[in-house]
Amino acid sequence: MTKLSLLNGRLLDAGDGTSSTSDVFIAEGRVVALRQPPDGFVADQVFNVKGAVVSPGFIDLSVHLREPGFEHKATIASESNAAVKGGVTTLCCSPETAPPCDTPAVIELIREKAELAARSKVIPIGALTQGLQGESLSEMYALKGAGCQVVSNGMRAVANPLIWRRALEYAATYDLLVVVRPMDPWLAGSGTVHEGSVATRLGLPGIPPSAETVAVAQILALVEEIGTRVHFSCLSTCRAAAMIGAARRNGLPVSSDVAAHSLHLTEEAIEGFDPIAHVLPPFRTFADRDGLRQAVADGMIQAICSDHQPHEEDAKADVFAATEPGISGLETLLSLTLDLVDKGRLSLVRALTCLTSGPASVLGIETGRIVVGGVADLCVFDPRANWQVGEQTWISRGRNTPFWGETMRGKVLLTLVNGKVVYRDSDPR
Amino acid sequence: MISVRDLQLDEQGRLRHFLTVEGLNSEWLHRIMDTAETFGSVRERQVKKVPLLRGKTVVNLFFETSTRTRTTFELAAKRLSADVLNINVAVSATAKGETLLDTIRNLEAMSVDMFVVRHAGSGAAHFIARHVAPHISVINAGDGRHAHPTQALLDMFTIRRHKPEFGPLKVAIVGDILHSRVARSQIHALKALGVTEVRVVAPRTLLPVAVESLGVKPFCDLDRGLEDVDVIIMLRLQKERMEGALLPSEREYYRCYGLTSKRLAKAKPDVLVMHPGPINRGVEISSAVADGRHSVILEQVGHGIAIRMAVMVLAMRSGQ
Repeated sequence: MTKLSLLNGRLLDAGDGTSSTSDVFIAEGRVVALRQPPDGFVADQVFNVKGAVVSPGFIDLSVHLREPGFEHKATIASESNAAVKGGVTTLCCSPETAPPCDTPAVIELIREKAELAARSKVIPIGALTQGLQGESLSEMYALKGAGCQVVSNGMRAVANPLIWRRALEYAATYDLLVVVRPMDPWLAGSGTVHEGSVATRLGLPGIPPSAETVAVAQILALVEEIGTRVHFSCLSTCRAAAMIGAARRNGLPVSSDVAAHSLHLTEEAIEGFDPIAHVLPPFRTFADRDGLRQAVADGMIQAICSDHQPHEEDAKADVFAATEPGISGLETLLSLTLDLVDKGRLSLVRALTCLTSGPASVLGIETGRIVVGGVADLCVFDPRANWQVGEQTWISRGRNTPFWGETMRGKVLLTLVNGKVVYRDSDPR
Repeated sequence: MISVRDLQLDEQGRLRHFLTVEGLNSEWLHRIMDTAETFGSVRERQVKKVPLLRGKTVVNLFFETSTRTRTTFELAAKRLSADVLNINVAVSATAKGETLLDTIRNLEAMSVDMFVVRHAGSGAAHFIARHVAPHISVINAGDGRHAHPTQALLDMFTIRRHKPEFGPLKVAIVGDILHSRVARSQIHALKALGVTEVRVVAPRTLLPVAVESLGVKPFCDLDRGLEDVDVIIMLRLQKERMEGALLPSEREYYRCYGLTSKRLAKAKPDVLVMHPGPINRGVEISSAVADGRHSVILEQVGHGIAIRMAVMVLAMRSGQ
């Protein structure tokens, strides 16, 4: 195995937020030393990363890889490649594939393809219900046997509160983490956008904030009885973040994340019926956006995800409500998060915590920090370097980003998975 | 975010497409109405035609069934001497799996000049306008709950013929505001024309959230909503609103929101009663009112042709 040295990078101390210039030495896929090389260490490859931040690789809790079943949108190979360009070394992929990820066979297929691609690590999320139909339980014991630790029904509805209760009980039986995207299907109805003044003016059926808070309240009440570990993913309202934060303080085993784009855009992004801003949950008000930013800063929300949903062009080429929701987000995750640091909304340490150790502790995995003896999943980035979102730089098959053409700050220079270089910025600095 | 202004008006500020009233100022709305005024006489002629669109092909592209709007657009185009093609897409191409964009491309290939579009999805006309060849103009004949700008303009035209100025007017729009594209376009038009007070009257289930953000005053009580108004616009109540728990019954709706002679007395003595049609007698309006001396409902229909002629001519001019 290769030995690597990363010299003169900035290491952040998560404890007090100070950064120090330091060297990182890697062998056998692990960090073997910081500052001073071990005795007799001879590196095969040396990277001088002066001025850049050396961070644990990012852990993304919500990604759609589209394979199997939607290879016309993207593949595991194409999107795990986009992931490492975004500094993401571990990602959780949605069970919303075709067939859905409700059998060990699909889990194995995803894992094999991910290993073949040899880019980011992929954690397949199993289906909570058979065929994601929301009616009967998936074979969670079999899924766990195939190595699955997390189950979810993704964006698909669960038929009623009793099925939710049974599913949470059964998941608890095998100590599985349940990921919930909270949206009450009845209150959401045929809505596609935030129910507010923009939707009223454009005549688009809206999704009220209560669709999210009612779903969160329902699940929290069930968790209180059952004790299942639940992670709420992709919040859109600050009210839901506060409810989950309060439950967590009261000792419930719950956590939450928010998509990076929801920390930036609001309902106004849909002006002119722009289908690129069609996303679920929808962009809401400025008050929600700012409240979510504050919830991230306060630690009420533990992680920031990309909610990566790549689409082919045709999926967005229709009348607004007929277009498919979702944004291709892996490659803008870091820059959108760092922008909040530039705006003074987050400290750099808090921002990186939400991309690394925050999601790692949600999943209960050992990566997400840099320690001697730890797995060398690392991301080296220049927080001041600019890059343009566009043809020249984009890797994901899905070009459906509202940030297309924009100049962003914060550029990944080097990504390492298990001590191996899986991405290196070709643009010389 | 997409700029609608850039889509609707060209660099010279001329009308390229007619998609929504939103963003058009009072001068623009009066220009359209003034143009319509000049066409008023065409229907009294022996030969009801003017040659303004001779040699042009207008396609009525209806993805949703409609009799009245389609007929008036067809008559308007024919009186302008255009060739008219009626395509009822609800039962043709897209039913066979063709995408909307492919339908548009196919018609474009036949060298047409204008699409008049009716579609159940809000934003449909915008979508088509964004994707058509540059020489084609798109006229919105109703998209989802969003806009029905020619209907709103013919309503303004009708008001203008009866009231000396818009400024001092108080107007009440009564009924299913939530689902109404007509109401949204009327509100934008009335506000742009400087109307003092626009009221919307409906039960809470039929009022969109944050409706005040459109610059209107919401009322749930019809009697109070009608006090001192100069114009009442009644909206059609669709039968399907009884499903989905929006309303309990037609009977209860009529009791609370039906326009009767007794209620009409709350308004100004010279109040105008309008309705975009087709009317439901005994559901939102009594026959005595619909056929009474305040009603201008049938007059509205006639104005529809003149307004549509005006919009077609103005939009076609910028394309040349």
